[in-house]
Amino acid sequence: MKTDELVAALVADRAVPGRGFARGLPLALAAGGAVSLVVFFVELSIRKDFAAALATWRFDLKLVLVLLALVSAFGLCRALSRPVPPRHAGWWLLPLLGLATAAVAIELAAVPVEAWRSRLVGSNSLICLSAIPMLALAPLVAVLAALRSTAPASPLLAGAAAGFLAAALGAALYAFHCFDDSPLFVMTWYVLATLPMIALGALAGRRLLRW
Amino acid sequence: MSNSDDLSVLMRAARNGDDEAYRQLLGRVAIWLRGVARRGLARAGRGIGDSEDIVQETLLAMHLKRDTWDEAQPLEPWLHAIARHKLVDHLRRRGFHDHLDIDDHAGTLAAPEAGEAGTAADTRQILSGLSERQRRIVEAISIEGHSARDVGSTLSMTEGAVRVTLHRALRALAVAYRKERP
Repeated sequence: MKTDELVAALVADRAVPGRGFARGLPLALAAGGAVSLVVFFVELSIRKDFAAALATWRFDLKLVLVLLALVSAFGLCRALSRPVPPRHAGWWLLPLLGLATAAVAIELAAVPVEAWRSRLVGSNSLICLSAIPMLALAPLVAVLAALRSTAPASPLLAGAAAGFLAAALGAALYAFHCFDDSPLFVMTWYVLATLPMIALGALAGRRLLRW
Repeated sequence: MSNSDDLSVLMRAARNGDDEAYRQLLGRVAIWLRGVARRGLARAGRGIGDSEDIVQETLLAMHLKRDTWDEAQPLEPWLHAIARHKLVDHLRRRGFHDHLDIDDHAGTLAAPEAGEAGTAADTRQILSGLSERQRRIVEAISIEGHSARDVGSTLSMTEGAVRVTLHRALRALAVAYRKERP
């Protein structure tokens, strides 16, 4: 086949954009999130004092943190799935880092030094470390599958972002179960639960996202 | 670069369904790619016999990954990134691991290059990896130059079914290229 002949075939296939890139990632999150939602209700369920918790600033701040993480990870993942990532793709993380730092600072100021340790350790650290990766697994598979139709400049980084995005979704669900609302707890254990998913995503991405 | 604007314009028109604009764009990109591939191969100390394979593999990638171009950005850096990626990947499969810089100043899309050297040696072999129906449709449209509609009436398929099969065939071709070893 000569190159001109290949061009004829490509033209016949048409350049009209598929829905792939625009809708792929949101659809993957919805599909993976639906599976994780089922897992959530089977294994964990919403905390019993949900209504009362909503009235506390720590719980609300926790929800804002996990939702902001979700948005940041989504933006980062999308940016890194392009052959030419936007110059400042990392800026997606700035608002999250800012809010996280502020949340920890406020908590340290609001709570006496003697209580810092108990706030950080909480009562759910081990559940947190296992539940977030568990809830992130289906989203990770779905997100990686969606990214296979993209062309990431670095499959490793795109995979890492996919792991982060999946973990953020897992954390967003888990936040409704866990009654440890202190920013000290969240910024310790949620982050520790996210790191293995980032590593797993990076490893999988390096293999699966090559193009 | 003088013509990068109209490349983006061509791609935008192609996205809106202008097949002629897409044909023009692919034709110009193919000519540019041929130069990139030959220079890259020469720089890696390889013969240019494989250059048409690289051109075709890159065109396929560009086509299948076209949605990853952000319309707010110029097209050319995106084309460069895909060409670099495919050239490096091609050389890597052949055991070349050194750094390769293809962003030379000669690599403008305007630079005319010598024509295609001939049919790439193993494209036939790659086509033979398609299913019978896929191969017939690809050959009818590309080599014989029929329209999707004509091919449909010959094979008693709808035009839509022909296009679906064609699209799958192109994706299969891209995979075959990626797995291909010398």
